[in-house]
Amino acid sequence: MIVYGVALLSVCLVLGMLIGEALGVAMNVEANVGGVGIAMLFLVYASNSDKFKALTEGVSASGIKFWSAMYIPIVVAMAARQNVAAATEGGLLALSAGVAAVMVSFALVPVLSNIGKDDSPAPDTSEEQGAG
Amino acid sequence: MDIIETVFVRNNLVVAFAVVGAVMWVSYFLADKLTAGRIHGSAIAIALGLLAAYWGGTVSGGSRGVADVTLLGGIGLMGGGMMRDFAIVATAFGVHISELKKAGIAGVISIFAGVIVSFIVGAAVAVMFGYTDPTAITTIGAGAVTYIVGPVTGEAIGASDAVITLSVAAGLVKSILVMIGTPLIAKRIGLDNPQSAMVFGGLMGTTSGVAAGLAATDPKLVPYGAMTATFYTGLGCLLGPSVLFFIVSAMF
Repeated sequence: MIVYGVALLSVCLVLGMLIGEALGVAMNVEANVGGVGIAMLFLVYASNSDKFKALTEGVSASGIKFWSAMYIPIVVAMAARQNVAAATEGGLLALSAGVAAVMVSFALVPVLSNIGKDDSPAPDTSEEQGAG
Repeated sequence: MDIIETVFVRNNLVVAFAVVGAVMWVSYFLADKLTAGRIHGSAIAIALGLLAAYWGGTVSGGSRGVADVTLLGGIGLMGGGMMRDFAIVATAFGVHISELKKAGIAGVISIFAGVIVSFIVGAAVAVMFGYTDPTAITTIGAGAVTYIVGPVTGEAIGASDAVITLSVAAGLVKSILVMIGTPLIAKRIGLDNPQSAMVFGGLMGTTSGVAAGLAATDPKLVPYGAMTATFYTGLGCLLGPSVLFFIVSAMF
């Protein structure tokens, strides 16, 4: 049944969120710490394990795949409900801070992507200044 | 006209499905005809969504973009945190554990590097704009981390409302820029495999930005980027009002 897949997905999300919330409380932080990421790990585990075959194969799988395919439309809806007007009203300071943070972070992607690959020596971080 | 409003409001989520579906169709049509597929249809759809959000925010004066327009209220539910997280988790279906392990360490390092680097950049900009109060500098730096870390930090260390608003704006600018900029810069920063996607998610951290940016670049990369990005805001909320604030206080 399709709903088995949907239910598995729901249980993963709820469990992940509970753990993320508990981590937040334990660390005394006002945020959910990695709830979605933990939920994803549960789903990855379930879809790679034989124990959950009944929930992750055949028709049940299409209950999960449907929501995976709805991802982009949901993200479009998410974009449409952002507070874009406030972002434009923040003035030059907000604009500079946001743009500079993104530029520097973009520049670091290739640097950090090399970590764990054998062929590159530990990269120096001295080039990252002055961006943006 | 009353009839339309009644039906649209009562079935707001269903209306949202229809509207977003139409936007997707138009976007993929434009991507195909105008750009010959060079720009991804979802990138155009996200850009249209942001434009609509600007319009909605200006018209209604609310903070939830187009979702504050009465007839389109369902967009708020469809694009809200619950549905977003549900769909993000679903993208992890079929991900191989081996891919995650390969980028494990780089992913963890990128989350720490992302929070600290964004904070330093944001704080430096605040100083350049003449702020000398450590509370304000920390809050604006935290805003450059994400628009959630900014107000959480600001409220914890007692920043003024004006500064907190600025920090949210800085975070929003970051989030929107990641949505729009990622597909444009993906090739140049080597963002074409699961490993770099995990590093990317950890460095950028804004869940909305990463979610939309990767969707517009290559939907296959979404689960990897989203996985690391969801730890970022938590770490930011942890470091912002504590270690980072202490360091800034010691310097100013």
